[in-house]
Amino acid sequence: MAAVTAPAVRPADLAQRKVAAGLWENAWYRLRRDRLTIASAVILFTLVILSVSAPLLGERVFNTNEFSQDLLKTYRQPTLDPPKYLFGSDELGRSQVLRLLYGGQVSLFIGFVAAFMNITIGVGLGLVAGYMRGAIDDVITWFVTTLNSVPTIFLLIIFSALFSPSALLLTVVIGVLFWTGVTNFVRGQTFALREREFITAARTIGASSTRIMIRHILPNVLPLIFVLMAIDVGTIILVESALSYLGLGVPPGTPSWGSMLTNAASYFSRAPWLVVPPGAAIFLTVLCLYLIGDGLRDALDPRLKQG
Amino acid sequence: MRNYIIRRLLYAIPTLIGISILVFAITRLAPGDPVRLYTFGALNITEEDIAGLRTHWGLDKPLPLQYVDWVTLAIQGDFGRSLQYNRPALPLLLERLPATLQLATVALVLQLTIGIPLGVIAALKRGTWIDNVIRVFAVAGHAIPTFWIGLLFIILFAVTLRWLPSQGLLTVGHDVWDIPDRVTHIIMPAFVLALGGIANYSRYLRTETLDVISQDYIRTAHAKGLRERRVVYVHALRNALIPMVTALGPLLAVLVGGALVIEQVFTWPGVGQFTYAAARSKDYPVIMAGVMVASALLVISYLIRDIAYAIVDPRIKVR
Repeated sequence: MAAVTAPAVRPADLAQRKVAAGLWENAWYRLRRDRLTIASAVILFTLVILSVSAPLLGERVFNTNEFSQDLLKTYRQPTLDPPKYLFGSDELGRSQVLRLLYGGQVSLFIGFVAAFMNITIGVGLGLVAGYMRGAIDDVITWFVTTLNSVPTIFLLIIFSALFSPSALLLTVVIGVLFWTGVTNFVRGQTFALREREFITAARTIGASSTRIMIRHILPNVLPLIFVLMAIDVGTIILVESALSYLGLGVPPGTPSWGSMLTNAASYFSRAPWLVVPPGAAIFLTVLCLYLIGDGLRDALDPRLKQG
Repeated sequence: MRNYIIRRLLYAIPTLIGISILVFAITRLAPGDPVRLYTFGALNITEEDIAGLRTHWGLDKPLPLQYVDWVTLAIQGDFGRSLQYNRPALPLLLERLPATLQLATVALVLQLTIGIPLGVIAALKRGTWIDNVIRVFAVAGHAIPTFWIGLLFIILFAVTLRWLPSQGLLTVGHDVWDIPDRVTHIIMPAFVLALGGIANYSRYLRTETLDVISQDYIRTAHAKGLRERRVVYVHALRNALIPMVTALGPLLAVLVGGALVIEQVFTWPGVGQFTYAAARSKDYPVIMAGVMVASALLVISYLIRDIAYAIVDPRIKVR
């Protein structure tokens, strides 16, 4: 991986930089040519925009809201007339398409916020463990091994059942549970990086440990962190939807992709079409995130490109 | 080798201590007073009775002492009595263990027998449409929610086509040794549980095989005039399989954790389903025993993986 730190910038360096493209420019150059990744990013972006504008769409296009029931229009088959039954209606006559968009808000919010927490904790602990070594490393490694040895879904289910958390608390709990992979990765990288000459050089001129970790090691690890983040968001969305499917995710009533599927399973014989959209939405979102992660990795580090 | 195994066993101890602290903390910090819950609705109960019960269960002691009490009994296999069944919690769970082990084992076998050939084929047919299909499947297999695919399978194979049963270990009233009946029951949940692993193995093995077939000794084997088949199966595959053993670790975690969701979808009477039911009805002793059993399964799986790795690759050194 290319070292991107430059301790002192001399005019000569600047002149050279105009010629040689940096890591990000190179990556962007490669990424633009990767149609699959670009397509995934476009789809994901569209899904995010649609979910965020759910209240607006509900008001202007579908003329309903996510809770509004119509007991005379239950189990409507998917139809364009009226548009609010694009994906049909459920046992309470609620608009499935709108609930799907609101569910997207929940899933995407939990996914991104919890992944951000994971990355922050994971990178921080990984840097410290890898750079400081010794007793601190042992304690952090013990933490990682312990968390890795408990099936996380068991912990989440128990936590959810005993505490009945709000969506925000659930996000925080997922955020503090899934960081071990990131820590392992960053720790390994830091182990290797701290033996390199530029770190020795920084230490020789009297840079503090904190400075070395943040200014010299972090920038070298950062690119692949984005890859991990994309994959992490996808995984968290899968976990959250599984929890909601089991009735232990976000509080009941809040539309979510997982709980829509629980509903679809119960009313399957009356309304088989209910089972497709929520699952497809989860699948599509997670697939896009994983493909973006793969594409980013290939773009940032072409040596890793498979095939 | 014996030293390695012993040392590896000792490493498992701090991990198990960590897990027990975690489990204890979650259940004790949960809102709600177990004594009030237990005596809820009981008539003629005085504050003295409640205080008596508190002392009886040791709930008046400081938390660290309560933890020590709990761990001392738990090591001896005593997790307390289930509040729902009024029977010791651990034996209740262990009755469900064979079902989970069956499911996980069949899923693991499916992962290996489907995932490995897919990966090798993709690598050998690199760049062709076969390769592309397998690669797309490798990403999609990860991204698809297992409970959704489980539902779709039930709808397709059980409800619409009526080929396979949708739930349980075996048909009610059938003999437990009715193997064909059991196979039809396990095939759907095991395949759904295996899906992520199949995707993972095919992806992993494709990379490994590509890596190995570009090595010098493969060129030498070709140069010696060996047949393609012999080069692939004897020279390449053997070496490509070594790193696969490490990939087993996270997959086992997925098997144990994923089994909980799959067991719920297919009403499979395993440890996961039982723990889930206990969590919903706040049956604390069963919950705690459930997490400890699931974690112990995982710790043992990791142990087997490490020992397998040491056998497959004798170069491995113990830290």
